[in-house]
Amino acid sequence: MWLRNNQVAVLAGLTVVLMAAALALIFFWVPNDADQGFSQRIFYFHVPIALTAYVCFGWGALKAFFHLWKRSPGADLESYVAIHQGVIFGALTLITGSLWAKVSWGVWWTWSEKQLVLFLVLFLFYAAYFMLRFSVEPGPARANLSAVYALFGVVLIPVSFLAIRLGERYIHPVVFSSRGPQLADSMLLTFFVAWAALLALAGTLYRLELLGKRLDAELRELKEALA
Amino acid sequence: MTSGEKYVAAVYGIVFLFVLAYVLIMATKLARLQREVGELARLVRSRLQVETEAPEQEEVAVG
Amino acid sequence: MKRYLQDVAVLAKKDLVLELRARDTVPAMLLFVVAALVTFHFALPARSSDLAAKGLLWIALIFTALLGLSRAFAAERDQRLIDGLLLAPCDRSAIWLAKGIATLGFLTVAELVALPAYSIFFSGIDGATIAGVVLVDLGICAVGTLLAAMASVSRARELLLPLLFLPLAIPLVVGGVGASVASGTGRYLGFLALYDALFAILSWASFEYVVAE
Repeated sequence: MWLRNNQVAVLAGLTVVLMAAALALIFFWVPNDADQGFSQRIFYFHVPIALTAYVCFGWGALKAFFHLWKRSPGADLESYVAIHQGVIFGALTLITGSLWAKVSWGVWWTWSEKQLVLFLVLFLFYAAYFMLRFSVEPGPARANLSAVYALFGVVLIPVSFLAIRLGERYIHPVVFSSRGPQLADSMLLTFFVAWAALLALAGTLYRLELLGKRLDAELRELKEALA
Repeated sequence: MTSGEKYVAAVYGIVFLFVLAYVLIMATKLARLQREVGELARLVRSRLQVETEAPEQEEVAVG
Repeated sequence: MKRYLQDVAVLAKKDLVLELRARDTVPAMLLFVVAALVTFHFALPARSSDLAAKGLLWIALIFTALLGLSRAFAAERDQRLIDGLLLAPCDRSAIWLAKGIATLGFLTVAELVALPAYSIFFSGIDGATIAGVVLVDLGICAVGTLLAAMASVSRARELLLPLLFLPLAIPLVVGGVGASVASGTGRYLGFLALYDALFAILSWASFEYVVAE
């Protein structure tokens, strides 16, 4: 009962535990990568952040679908907050990815990292989501438009990835090689713990933001009722 | 610190800063919500006072 | 089904006839695409290859299409005709299909001028490029019509449409440029067909929510 009433607190607690475990594994346990050395540890945050962003966009699209199909109340707000989270994690992906490119290959950006290019395209797409939302009055129209756009986004993710792969064949040949494919078991474990920690973090921030926005809405209702 | 270590520190540091920025934004939002709730509470209190005072004014006997 | 297609035909004919009378969108697109191609000549330094010019052809097409799309719902919006359209007892998606067909028509007319102009200014156009153009046109009209309807609901209209459209157009550019430039055009044309199928279905299914009230 207490667990259900304090969902945000439980999530936050889980995040703390997972994050502590992840950081401990990353910095005190997992061995250095044979090829890339110490800087390979960026990978333990960079890739899970990217994956978490995808999860956020997917969740946003799911809520959008519920809004359109089932007319679930509040689904529009949840979709918006999820996509907002996705964009934040997407920006983080681009930043950490850029840092990784700099330390691995000496450049701040490379078009040969498909994941980075995909995130750039998605970032543009979801940034336009916010432009769309802010240029329409709040109401059912805005909710519907946002929901349809969110669905387009989630279809765009695999299509863009395919496009980028196809594009590489005629654009400049791949100069840098990606990270080594074989991950030792210890590295795999660390990766998954880190991913779980970041998912929990995303979930906590998502719930927090939803809480804040719902409070806002209720307060506004109260104000109007009393005025 | 080697340059590799610097970049690793930068990556984890930036993630931390993002979360911290979130905390700051939430804090300002909470402060604003607190202010608005306070105003609403004052509004409700003054309304309640008006209601408790009003009945006293009705006890006017007409001769 | 027959009724549906009749509705689509009526709506599409209306748009085409209106354009035939007003003659504002298509001439503008024609002029724009030729002007763009001329501008590209000045944007290509001396040792640029034919390939670079081929890439620019697709940019010209995308932006010409944007020009046409921004006008797609202009008449309905300005004269509040969208309410009349919505009252019509037809499936909302028929509006999307009809508008898409009309836009496709305008775009095709523009390309009938653009492609010969390109081969005169730069280099020849081969069959693969033409196939690519056809498939890209279908994709542009499918997605663009829906996005144009979205943009027309918002305050920012002309500003919003390019922002919404360009990220979705990137796969089309890849498909088109790949078809005209790379070896193995088959996979690029196949990719374009996939894009068209996916997004046409999605647009068709979700259009009614875009114009709903």
